[in-house]
Amino acid sequence: MIELSGADWQAIQLTLKLCAYTTIILLCIATPIAWWLSGGRSPLRTFVQAIVALPLVLPPTVLGFYLLLVLGPEGLIGGTLESFGGRHLAFSFEGILFASVLYSMPFAVQPLYDSFSRLGRRPVDVAASLGAGPLDRFFTVVLPMCRGGFVVAATLSFAHTIGEFGVILMLGGSIPGETKVLSVLIYDHTEAMNYGAAHQLSLMLLVFSLLVLFTVYAINKRFEVVRI
Amino acid sequence: MRMMLWVVRVLLCFGLTAGTVYPAHADRPLQLAVASDLRFAMQDMIRAYNDKYPNYRVQLIFGSSGKLTTQIQHGAPYDILFAADIAFPERLVSAGLAAGDPEPYALGRLVLWSRHLPVESLGIETLEQPRVRRIAIAQPQHAPYGMRAQQALEKLGLWDTLSHKIVYAENIAQAAQMAQSGAVDVAIIAQALARSSGMQHRNYYLLDEALHEPLVQGFVVTIRGNTHPQLNDFLKFIQSSDAAVIKQRYGFGLISTLEARND
Repeated sequence: MIELSGADWQAIQLTLKLCAYTTIILLCIATPIAWWLSGGRSPLRTFVQAIVALPLVLPPTVLGFYLLLVLGPEGLIGGTLESFGGRHLAFSFEGILFASVLYSMPFAVQPLYDSFSRLGRRPVDVAASLGAGPLDRFFTVVLPMCRGGFVVAATLSFAHTIGEFGVILMLGGSIPGETKVLSVLIYDHTEAMNYGAAHQLSLMLLVFSLLVLFTVYAINKRFEVVRI
Repeated sequence: MRMMLWVVRVLLCFGLTAGTVYPAHADRPLQLAVASDLRFAMQDMIRAYNDKYPNYRVQLIFGSSGKLTTQIQHGAPYDILFAADIAFPERLVSAGLAAGDPEPYALGRLVLWSRHLPVESLGIETLEQPRVRRIAIAQPQHAPYGMRAQQALEKLGLWDTLSHKIVYAENIAQAAQMAQSGAVDVAIIAQALARSSGMQHRNYYLLDEALHEPLVQGFVVTIRGNTHPQLNDFLKFIQSSDAAVIKQRYGFGLISTLEARND
C-alpha cells in the first residue's frame, strides 16, 4: 500500500541525518550551558536563559529569514567564512544543521537544566572531596543520576528537528539530498496537489513521532525514581 | 419559524454572524485571492479602483496560485481568484466552484535578476559565469514561474549543467527575496516583481518569451463572488484602459499580443 519514491527515501534519510547530528551537537553544547545555568541565580544567567528560549517565541520564517541574511555570502557568519576561503552556509546541509541546533536549543537545555537543578551541587561536591576529577565527576555522578534528563533532552531535540519546517524552508532552498527534508517535501507534495504522496509521508511521520514521544515518556517515568 | 427569524435579526444586529451570513446588500468587502507575482500590480490597481469608487472595500489575500486554489476548493471565502497560470482557475471550473469561465488577464514575463552582477549587459551569459554559485527559481512542480524557468533553461541547454547550482523557492516572491538579500547570485523571477519599488533600482534581463510556454495570468469569479454587489464595477475596472496601463507598468504583456501571435 505504501509506495515511496526515490525522492521520498532521500528526504527521509536526510531528515534522520539532520536529526541525529543536531541531537549530538546539542547534547555537547547544551550540557555545559544547562550546568552553568543551574549553578545559581544571577542576572546574567537569567538573561542567557531568556536568549536560549527565544526560538520558542520567534516565528520560524522570521528566524529563517535572519539566518539567511547572517549565514549568506554577505552576512556576518557567511561573509567571514568566505573571507577565510570557506563557503557560506545558506542553502547547504551545514546551514540547516546550524539553524536546527539553534532552533531546538531550548528543547535540549530545559530538561537538562531541570535535571541538574534537582540534582543540586551536593553529590558533585562530595565526589570532588573524595578526589574525583571533573571528567570523572561528570561520567560517574552527573550522567548516571541525570540520565532521565539526558534522554528527554536528546529525544525532544530529535523530535523537534523532525518537525522543523519554516526555518528550513527559508534557509534551505529545497535542494534534493542537501536541504530538502521530509517536512518540506510533504509541503511540496501538497502544493503540487500530490495528496496521495503527502498523506503517506504524513502518516509515517505521525506514527514515528508518536512512537518516539511514547518512548520518551515511558523512559521518563522509569527514571523518575532517580532523584536526590 | 418566526422565532428563528428574530434570532437571526438579533444576531445580525450584533454582528455576531459576521463572516458567515451576509445579506446580499451588506457592505461586505470584495475578497480577492491573488497570486504572488501580481501583488504589487494589484495593490496599485486597487488604489486606482478606490480612487474611482471610494466607498468600495476590497481585501487582498496573497499566496501561491496552487495554495489559493486549494483553499477555495475547501471553502475559503474568496470572491475572485487571480492566478499566475490560467490552469488553476480552470481547475476551479471543473470542480464546479466557478461562476463563469476563466478569463485570460495578462501575460507574465520572466527576468534574470541579480543584486551584484550586471545581468542587463551579460544577459543569459550571467548564468554561466563561474562566480555564480547559486541560482534561485520557484519550485517547478507547483509554481508556474518555476515551471517556465525550468523550460527556459532546458531550451537554452543549460538545465543539466546548472542543476547543481539551483535552489528552489517555495514561490516566486521567495525567489526574489533570496536574490535581493544576496543569498543567491541570480534569480529567475517575474518581471512584475523586478519592477516593484523594492527591487527596481537594480538591473534585470528580460528572457525571450519564446523560451517557455506562455504564462497566461487568469482569473475566475467563484460561486460565492458571483452575487457580490461590487462584481460588475470591479470586472469593468480591471478590464479598463486604466488597469491596462498599470499592468504594462509592471511589465505584463497584454493578452491581445498572445492572440495575435496565435492567429
